Amino acid sequence: MQIYADNAATTKMSKIALDTMVSALNDLYGNPSSLHSVGQQAKEALEEARATVASCLGCEPREIYFTSGGSEADNQAIRSAAHQGAKKGKKHIISTAFEHHAVLHTLKRLEKEGFEVTLLDVHENGMVSAQQVKEAIRPDTCLVTIMYANNEIGSVMPIAEIGAVCREAKVPFHTDAVQAVGHLAIDVKAQNIDMLSLSGHKFHGPKGIGALYVRRGILLENLIDGGAQERGKRAGTENLPAICSMAAALKDACDHLEENAAKVSALRDRLIAGLSTIPHCALNGDPVHRLPGNVSFCFEGIEGESLLLLLDAKGICASSGSACTSGSLDPSHVLLAIGRVHDVAHGSLRLSLCETNTREEVDYMIREIPQVVSYLRGMSPVWRDLQTGKRQYIL
Amino acid sequence: MALYSEKVMDHFTHPRNVGIIENADGVGEVGNAKCGDIMKIYLKIDNDIITDVKFETFGCGSAIASSSMATEMIKGKNIKDAMALTNKAVAEALDGLPAHKLHCSVLAEEAIKNALKDYYDRHGIAYDESLFPESDHDHEEA
Repeated sequence: MQIYADNAATTKMSKIALDTMVSALNDLYGNPSSLHSVGQQAKEALEEARATVASCLGCEPREIYFTSGGSEADNQAIRSAAHQGAKKGKKHIISTAFEHHAVLHTLKRLEKEGFEVTLLDVHENGMVSAQQVKEAIRPDTCLVTIMYANNEIGSVMPIAEIGAVCREAKVPFHTDAVQAVGHLAIDVKAQNIDMLSLSGHKFHGPKGIGALYVRRGILLENLIDGGAQERGKRAGTENLPAICSMAAALKDACDHLEENAAKVSALRDRLIAGLSTIPHCALNGDPVHRLPGNVSFCFEGIEGESLLLLLDAKGICASSGSACTSGSLDPSHVLLAIGRVHDVAHGSLRLSLCETNTREEVDYMIREIPQVVSYLRGMSPVWRDLQTGKRQYIL
Repeated sequence: MALYSEKVMDHFTHPRNVGIIENADGVGEVGNAKCGDIMKIYLKIDNDIITDVKFETFGCGSAIASSSMATEMIKGKNIKDAMALTNKAVAEALDGLPAHKLHCSVLAEEAIKNALKDYYDRHGIAYDESLFPESDHDHEEA
């Protein structure tokens, strides 16, 4: 049995996305910038895809800019807003401690360029409140960038409330919605979102393609200079097959959003309940405000990489925030941000489900994972010390 | 390419000498939970010969495989040979480790040396302190 439970890392392309991609590769080979009929046919498909993405987000097609993915969209949104702010003497940015590195590393670079960054506390449950944002906004704040939902622990932020606070204070609000788009109902107008990043491969579309929504009235600067594609804001011949495929995947996801969310969250809750019976473990992230597919735990006394390898041997594809899986010394900044100490953060496991996972798969994981945890604990000197009282349990 | 060699996967999934020795003659523990790996080695020594060895490890796949391989390499050997075991020899016996995992083999070498030092201390045997340099558990070290 092979169970793919790493859908937050990437998803398998859906049939409709694959079919759309192949037919676009085959038939839409023209350059949308060309004036002849083959080029114009490609241009039509491009604008149709843009309209599809816009309708899924509740915005106008001209507010959508296609990018190479979520990271590029985050970089462009943040750098652009920062530079616009700097022109008015505003050099303060508000974000959170557990953003994706595409956001955090962009902010780090801006700090070196003289910007001041406030990272809001995300508390033990991985949530920020609109009140925190309100209190952090200063006269010189030029941007609030807060993720829609966290990729590791699945907590979903109160985006509409944060959007309202930002709109009232007239501060641009960007959200990295890479984990949310296609999984949660989004309406950028109703939620007062000024900029939003998304990535195609998180909802069964292809990799290497994403989009940035930018509200009309917000000035957008280029990251990549060159031709006049994307209304002059993102140069380079459009990756049309990927764009059409992503649009088809997104439409499919949004058309089935409610039924998928209901199915996946039921599987998630079953898996969470099953794994919660393991002694000395803890669920990471908010139990209620949570992505439909996210299951994230810390298990005391074991290390995540060895857990992943043994699960892989049993056919379960998962992920971990342990240091050993990242190749760095420190465990995931997300787990540290919610207050997990290093010892415990090393023993983390993330399972991320989608609508093609089954109840049988979930039950298999509920049977196998406790066995692997207990096998690893059996050879762990940390676990022995915990059991003999030489070391105090944290979880 | 797979992350680890077949040898590493074999010793990780079927580790040799896992467990503890009650009344061990020497016990060595290195690493810390904060860094994500701890290795503990138990030795039974009779007439300078390591007659039994067990280990417990909290850590990644290569840490468990390194412990397993290192214990195999010193079992039945005399103390002098065990003292001569290097992290390089452990890594080579595993058909290599990824560069960022070499510290796991260093931990295995250090855990064995710590256990031997403990054996000397417990039995009042004089030894050359310079043979047991203090480890700062440096991950960057190869």
